[in-house]
Amino acid sequence: MSSRDEILGTIRKSLKQSALMPSSSSEIDARLTAHTKNTVPKRAHGDNEAQTTLFITEAERVNATTERLDSLDQLGEAVLRFLAGHNLPGCVKIAPHSLLKNVNWSKHPTLAVAQGPAVDTDQVSLSVAVTGVAETGTLVLHSGPESPITLNFLPDNHIVLLPQSQITGAYEEAWAMLREGAKGMPRAVNWVTGPSRSADIEQTLLLGAHGPRRLHILIYNDKKTR
Amino acid sequence: MESKTHKFPENVREGLANDKLQAALAKLGHGFPVKRLEAMSRLPEFEQLRDDAQAIKEHTLANLGDYLERYEAKVIESGGHVHWAADATQAREIILKICQDAGAKTVTKGKSMISEEIALNDYLDQNGVQPVETDLGEYIIQLRGEAPSHIIAPAIHLSKEQVEESFRKEHTQLPDDRNLEEPRALLEEARAMLRRKFIAADVGITGANMLIAETGTSMIVTNEGNGDLTQTLPKTHIAIASIEKVVPTLEDATTILRVLARSATGQESAVYNTFSTGPRRADDLDGPENYHVVLLDNGRSKILGGEFHDMLRCIRCSACLNHCPVYKAIGGHAYGWVYSGPMGAVLIPGLIGLADAHDLPSASTFCGKCEEVCPMRIPLPKLLRSWRQKGFEAGLGSVKTRSGLGLWAFLARHPALYRPLMNFAVGALSKFGAKGRFRSLPLAGGWTVVRDLAAPEERTFLSQWKGGKR
Repeated sequence: MSSRDEILGTIRKSLKQSALMPSSSSEIDARLTAHTKNTVPKRAHGDNEAQTTLFITEAERVNATTERLDSLDQLGEAVLRFLAGHNLPGCVKIAPHSLLKNVNWSKHPTLAVAQGPAVDTDQVSLSVAVTGVAETGTLVLHSGPESPITLNFLPDNHIVLLPQSQITGAYEEAWAMLREGAKGMPRAVNWVTGPSRSADIEQTLLLGAHGPRRLHILIYNDKKTR
Repeated sequence: MESKTHKFPENVREGLANDKLQAALAKLGHGFPVKRLEAMSRLPEFEQLRDDAQAIKEHTLANLGDYLERYEAKVIESGGHVHWAADATQAREIILKICQDAGAKTVTKGKSMISEEIALNDYLDQNGVQPVETDLGEYIIQLRGEAPSHIIAPAIHLSKEQVEESFRKEHTQLPDDRNLEEPRALLEEARAMLRRKFIAADVGITGANMLIAETGTSMIVTNEGNGDLTQTLPKTHIAIASIEKVVPTLEDATTILRVLARSATGQESAVYNTFSTGPRRADDLDGPENYHVVLLDNGRSKILGGEFHDMLRCIRCSACLNHCPVYKAIGGHAYGWVYSGPMGAVLIPGLIGLADAHDLPSASTFCGKCEEVCPMRIPLPKLLRSWRQKGFEAGLGSVKTRSGLGLWAFLARHPALYRPLMNFAVGALSKFGAKGRFRSLPLAGGWTVVRDLAAPEERTFLSQWKGGKR
C-alpha cells in the first residue's frame, strides 16, 4: 500500500471511530466554491477615502512610509525625492507593468530606470500593488508577466505604487479582486505589511532582516470611483 | 531530532541554573503578552474570530481525508507535485531524493518546525547536501548545533554575547577587529553572509502555516523575508507540512491569519504572508521551476478523532508558551524535543510516546492561562490531565509518586478512614505550625526547600461545618 493510501486510510478509520460529524462530498464541494466570508472586522468598512486614511495609518504604524500623489505624472519626482532623502544613487529597477510603462521617465535625466526582475546588486525597486488592504495597511502583490516578485524582496529599498481606487477595506475583497482576474490564482501572492524585521536577538526589534529595510508606498489619485 | 525528553527533571535543573536563559525568560513576559493584549484591544471582533477559526479547523479535521484529496488535486492541476510521508524516515528520503534529482549541493531553508521534527538537517548533511537555515534565530542555533527553544523565537535563550561568540567562531573570513557589540551589527553580518547562500542555493525548503484546499496553495507567515527569498530564488521549492495544516478556502486562511499574528507576537499582521501555488508559470519572470509539497503524517492520523484530537487545531502561534509560568521558568530546551510549553507537553507524548514523555504533563500548575490565550481554544489543561491519568494507568512515574497517589486515592474513596486521619493531621499541623508556616516538614521537602508551607487552621472544613461554623 502506498503511503498516501495508508495515511488516508488511517484518517478515515480514526474519523469513523470518533464522534465527529462529517459533511457530505457535495457539501464540501459547495463550501470550496461558495467563498463565504467569516467575520470581517468593522474597521474595514468605510468609503474609499476613509479606507485610504486607515491604510496609511496602519502602514505607518508598522514603519512603512507613505506619500500621496495627485497624479501619476508626479511619480518620477516622488521616486527622486525618496532616493535623495536616503542618499541613494539615482537607479531604480522597475516592474514591466503597464502603469509604469506609461510614465515618461525621460523627463528625469538623473534617474536611471531599468526594467525586469531584481538581481542582488539592485538597491531600489519599484513595483505596483494589486490592492492595499486598509485593515492592517497591507499591500497585496502577485507574480506575473508585469510583476516579478523578486522586486519585493531582494533590494534594500522597496517602493510600491498603489492606485487609490484599488484600496480596499478587508483581505476578503483582495481575494475577490484576484478571482475576478481571468487567470485564476497567481503562482505567488504576497501580502506585505511594513518593511522586513526580526527580533531574534534578545527580543530587540530591528528593521531590515533579509527583505527590504525600507518600504515606501506612493498612493496616487487615479480619479476612479469604486 | 533526538529526544531528550526522558531526562526532563535533569533538563529542568539545568534551565533553572542557566542565568542567561533566566534573563531572556524574564524579558519574555513583558514582550509578546503585552503586545498581544494591545492588538486584541484594537480588534473588538477578536473573540468572534477565535470562534470562527476554531470552527474552520473543526470542520476541516472532521473531513480531513476529503480536504487533503481536494488539496492534492489542485496542487497537481497547478503543475506541482504532492508526496505523502507516513513518518519522519519517509519524509527525509523523499526530500533527499528531490534534492539529489535537482543536483543540489546547498539548500536554503525557511523556518519549519516539521523540519526539526523529522531531523532533516542532519540527514541532508550526512548525504552530501548542505542545509542552510536562513531565519536569523534558526541560523544562530544551527551554527551552535542547538535545537529551537521557542516556536517563533528559536534563539530566545541566547544573549547577544553568545551570538557574537558564534559568529566570530564561524565567520572566520571576516576581520577579527570588527565590532559586533550591538544586535544591529549581528543582524547585518548574518544578512550579508546569508545573501550569498540565497543566491547560490539549488533548492529552497520552507514549512507551511497552512495549505489551502480551494486552490492547492501552501502559505507561509514570516517577518524577515527569508522564507520568500528561500522559495523564490532557487529552481526548486519544497514545502513541507503536516496533514492537519489544510483549511478549505482563502477566506478561511484569512480568518486564521487574523488571530495568528496577534496571538503570536501581538502584530496586527506578520510582515510577509505569502501564498504559493505551483511552479513558475510560462509568462512569469521569476520563481521556482519545480514545486513540491511533502505531506507528513508522523502519528497525527492516529491522534485524529481521539482523546487528544483538539490538539490538531494548533496553529503554532506560541501564545501558550509566552503565557506559561512553567515555560517561563524552565525555557524550551527542558522539554527535550522540538516543541515546548503547554502545546509541547500535550503534543510530545502523542508523537514520541508517553513512556519517554510522562513527566511533561506533570509540569503544569493548571493555572489555565494557556487555554485562555489559545486562539484555537484548545483545552490544554484538560488534555494535560488526560495524559497524567494515562501515565498513572500505564504504571509510569517514580515509585514514590505512584504510591503516594495510590494511597491518596485509596483514602479519598474511604471517608470513614480519611476524615479521622485528616482531623488528626490538621490538628497536629496546626499545633506544630504555631507561627502559621513551616520552614521544613517531613515528606514535604520538595515544597519547603524553596518556600514555606502555610500551616492549616485548627480543624478541617468538614468538622467546622458540622460544628455549625458557617
